[in-house]
Amino acid sequence: MVPEKTRAAQDETSEEQRSGKPPDHEKQYVGFATLPNQVHRKSVKKGFDFTLMVAGESGLGKSTLVNSLFLTDLYKDRKLLNAEERINQTVEIIKHTVDIEEKGVKLKLTIVDTPGFGDAVNNTECWKPITDYIDQQFEQYFRDESGLNRKNIQDNRVHCCLYFISPFGHGLRPVDVEFMKALHEKVNIVPLIAKADCLIPSEIRKLKERIREEIDKFGIKVYQFPECDSDEDEEFKQQDRELKESAPFAVIGSNTVVEAKGQRVRGRLYPWGIVEVENQAHCDFVKLRNMLIRTHMHDLKDVTCDVHYENYRAQCIQQMTSKLTQDNRIESPIPILPLPTPDTETEKLIKMKDEEVSTICACASWMLELESRESLQGCPIEVVLRLPLLCPPVGSWGGGQG
Amino acid sequence: PKKGQSGLGKSTLVNTLFKSQVSRKSSGWNREEKIPKTVEIKAIGHVIEEGGVKMKLTVIDTPGFGDQINNENCWEPIEKYINEQYEKFLKEEVNIARKKRIPDTRVHCCLYFISPTGHSLRPLDLEFMKHLSKVVNIIPVIAKADTMTLEEKTEFKQRVRKELEVNGIEFYPQKEFDEDLEDKTENDKIRQESMPFAVVGSDKEYQVNGKRVLGRKTPWGIIEVENLNHCEFALLRDFVIRTHLQDLKEVTHNIHYETYRAKRLNDNGGLPPMTVETEENHESNL
Repeated sequence: MVPEKTRAAQDETSEEQRSGKPPDHEKQYVGFATLPNQVHRKSVKKGFDFTLMVAGESGLGKSTLVNSLFLTDLYKDRKLLNAEERINQTVEIIKHTVDIEEKGVKLKLTIVDTPGFGDAVNNTECWKPITDYIDQQFEQYFRDESGLNRKNIQDNRVHCCLYFISPFGHGLRPVDVEFMKALHEKVNIVPLIAKADCLIPSEIRKLKERIREEIDKFGIKVYQFPECDSDEDEEFKQQDRELKESAPFAVIGSNTVVEAKGQRVRGRLYPWGIVEVENQAHCDFVKLRNMLIRTHMHDLKDVTCDVHYENYRAQCIQQMTSKLTQDNRIESPIPILPLPTPDTETEKLIKMKDEEVSTICACASWMLELESRESLQGCPIEVVLRLPLLCPPVGSWGGGQG
Repeated sequence: PKKGQSGLGKSTLVNTLFKSQVSRKSSGWNREEKIPKTVEIKAIGHVIEEGGVKMKLTVIDTPGFGDQINNENCWEPIEKYINEQYEKFLKEEVNIARKKRIPDTRVHCCLYFISPTGHSLRPLDLEFMKHLSKVVNIIPVIAKADTMTLEEKTEFKQRVRKELEVNGIEFYPQKEFDEDLEDKTENDKIRQESMPFAVVGSDKEYQVNGKRVLGRKTPWGIIEVENLNHCEFALLRDFVIRTHLQDLKEVTHNIHYETYRAKRLNDNGGLPPMTVETEENHESNL
């Protein structure tokens, strides 16, 4: 898009930005204001993907809610186990993938289901298969990212975990607390109060308060909605506030359409009235849907990549480098850190390098102190550090395999 | 007594049943109260009166049941409690100088609260009922039934009944104790159609159609506890209090207690258990 004249893009309206047409007033316009459009077009072409995990005891309406959220039926062929079959059931991980499209935008949605969670008589460590699964996706991504051909990396990392809390309790149960603590540093947890239509408004209020208190008390780090930008309008900010105050969301799901007040709505028909899923006075379904899909889907992905995945990666690398100084034979999934089976010659070299590093670190902190002292006196000092590679340059690189 | 995980509305229901504050609600909103680490047995006795008839009602609660991560054998304290009451009665009965009216602390009825998941019974429910139906009258009850539509309720009840049957769990009224054809017909209907009762409890009253009714007020309507179109509370109440109360006591005495007694005597070589005036005995007989 070559503008006829170069103008600055200061007072452009969004309309003009989108069309890329140069504004009519006397300004310098280079044309990079069209970048968002270009990104938009490329993204739409590429399509989006999102992986959502659902967890909680069976019978809390997870499947119904997922179907309601995405207006699809993912569980057509599901077979429900009876109690006896469930006595010795272990937690399974089941993935359903569906491609949905809306207004030309494609979404590859993956739902990770966790049947069996919390159902047994003895649920000790029943979250382990789930944490293992999440870690495996991180590990797979880690390997792919470090690999040679990175063109088509499949991102199977879990972007969000909806955790269903039973409305029949008085707050969090021990299994809820343990589950969330095992997962809060690996995935974005969004706790929900399930089947909220069995609670009256005052009960919902109390339960939400109680759950929030317990989440604080146990130090559980659930997904935090980011602060909205200060330049957003007041209405948006108000909505954002309401969103934050409603957590944890009390939800109801339904795939059946019923007639209420002459309208056809998605809801549940009781002898005493009709619960409308999309009525904000009845439940927080709309808030959840808006948050998950319309406003925060991208942020959920960002936090997964920037925080949870990076934590995993850092831990991984740390573990490997600490193992490097201990073990003799190490298996590394990362080809860029070749770890050959060191012989005594190499071991000596490693030790030497280690000492160098610690000396340099000591030097660096001394110099930084010096700098702060000197800068206090008004003399800037530049401190430049050069650290040697931790990998000894040996001939064979066959030790580490991905 | 009442059993089931916390939060299933047990206390509210018992209060509604006896229209009085006989059960202290383990308020979930009390910050100091935690889920107990082991199953506790809390018995509270009340005397209630109606039409000149007095009844001493003891409600036994079992906080902590089913709430832990590992619930293996969590029914054991309960089974133990029930057997202890039989033991107490037995010791009194075989006493040389026994009281005219033996104080009866035996458990006549156990309301087991099933969580309304809509799927099926939970493994824990099965385990509990398998063990306990042999020592006490169990009446399974579907708690917080206002979470299910009529269809879901009917299907769930059918599935639960089938599962209980398949697993050989005899809940009260047990088929084998039907005394005559009249009993059998009446009880068959209850066993095969009404039970487990899907109930809703409430201690608040609202005005509906000019009447004050017990109910729950939701944004989409008022659930009337005693309205048979809404839930089966009235059926449960009539069953337990108005028609089968005496029978519950009789079955406990004639069947469960006798079974326990026979086993104890057999274990003791056909002799009654020793009632040597030990420290323990002396205290319990006071």
